Amino acid sequence: MRDRAVILGGLALFLAAVTWPAWRTLASTPPPPPDLQRPAGATRCVAPAAFMRASHMTLLVEWRDRVVRDGVRTYVDADGREVAMSLSETCVGACHTDKAKFCDRCHDYARVTVTCWNCHVAPPPPAPGGAR
Amino acid sequence: MSAGRRVFLRMAGRAAVATAAGAALGCAAGLPRRHRLGIAIDVRRCIAAGGCRACIDACHRAHNVPDIRDVRHEVKWIWKEPFERAFAAEDAETITSALRGQPVPVFCNHCDNPPCVRVCPARATWARDDGLVTIDAHRCIGCRYCVAACPYGSRSFNWIDPRPFVAEPMVRYPTRTRGVVEKCNLCEERLADGKLPACVEACPERAMVFGDLADPASDVRRVIDERYAIRRKPELGTRPQLFYVI
Repeated sequence: MRDRAVILGGLALFLAAVTWPAWRTLASTPPPPPDLQRPAGATRCVAPAAFMRASHMTLLVEWRDRVVRDGVRTYVDADGREVAMSLSETCVGACHTDKAKFCDRCHDYARVTVTCWNCHVAPPPPAPGGAR
Repeated sequence: MSAGRRVFLRMAGRAAVATAAGAALGCAAGLPRRHRLGIAIDVRRCIAAGGCRACIDACHRAHNVPDIRDVRHEVKWIWKEPFERAFAAEDAETITSALRGQPVPVFCNHCDNPPCVRVCPARATWARDDGLVTIDAHRCIGCRYCVAACPYGSRSFNWIDPRPFVAEPMVRYPTRTRGVVEKCNLCEERLADGKLPACVEACPERAMVFGDLADPASDVRRVIDERYAIRRKPELGTRPQLFYVI
């Protein structure tokens, strides 16, 4: 047991190094939530905000399958409103007109990489100073 | 155990009837479709327009088809081939000189018996009830079996990211990504809006007629009924739905 100090010291050092990122995160102040641009024209989404925040990707995948596989292009939301199931034209085109200030900001914050925009084309954001 | 034998025989009889009924239904699946979309192309009218590219430009603009000049990577939905290349089986000696060497528009034939659909291991391409052969790019795994299966070369593979080669991407229709196959979709998205396919609408000579071939009163049916029309490689049994009126 002559090496007890070395062994325990090494172990402590190892644990400290391994758990270092966790400590650092706990000690630091969390980054402020992303400043998301609210839609200027629309007041309601097709589903409650809480659902959209957690499950918008599920809804989009369902829309995708309905349009591409089943040829159904119109979505009727809980209020009976009919919207075109289109990422580019409804979600971004009609409501969240600036993808960079809504989709991207939150995805960056959550460190999520999406592949939607590899193919789908985001409409250009409205010119600043234009009627919003 | 005579009762047991009777029960067994009854069950065997029912099974035989069910099998026969299933086979009959299987045959019924081969019946003609209720709607059958197709296009008739008036070849002579098209040729008369000379080097017109209206259909190609309209299609490629509407669908964000990249303009890649390198033939190894090129992507095309509709293009022109010399007549005897498009119709290789036609007897070269009997082709009238009015058609020989002349460019004719070629694109996906939306076959009634599409070999591309049969080989797709991901079910990323399929024929709709109206016969339109379409692709789900989300599901395409890029194996290119369909490219090999299509006897018309109608399918292109995206070897490189096509987005930089699309001059002005249209918001209405997505571009594709590297690693997926694409081809003419008979303007499925325009049909849903009640519009004609872009090529048909753009043709200044009105050389293309689109419609439901299953409807005896449709324009496209009338054109085929009235004039002689040929199809590309009919001997392969793919039953193409592009009719070339010559």
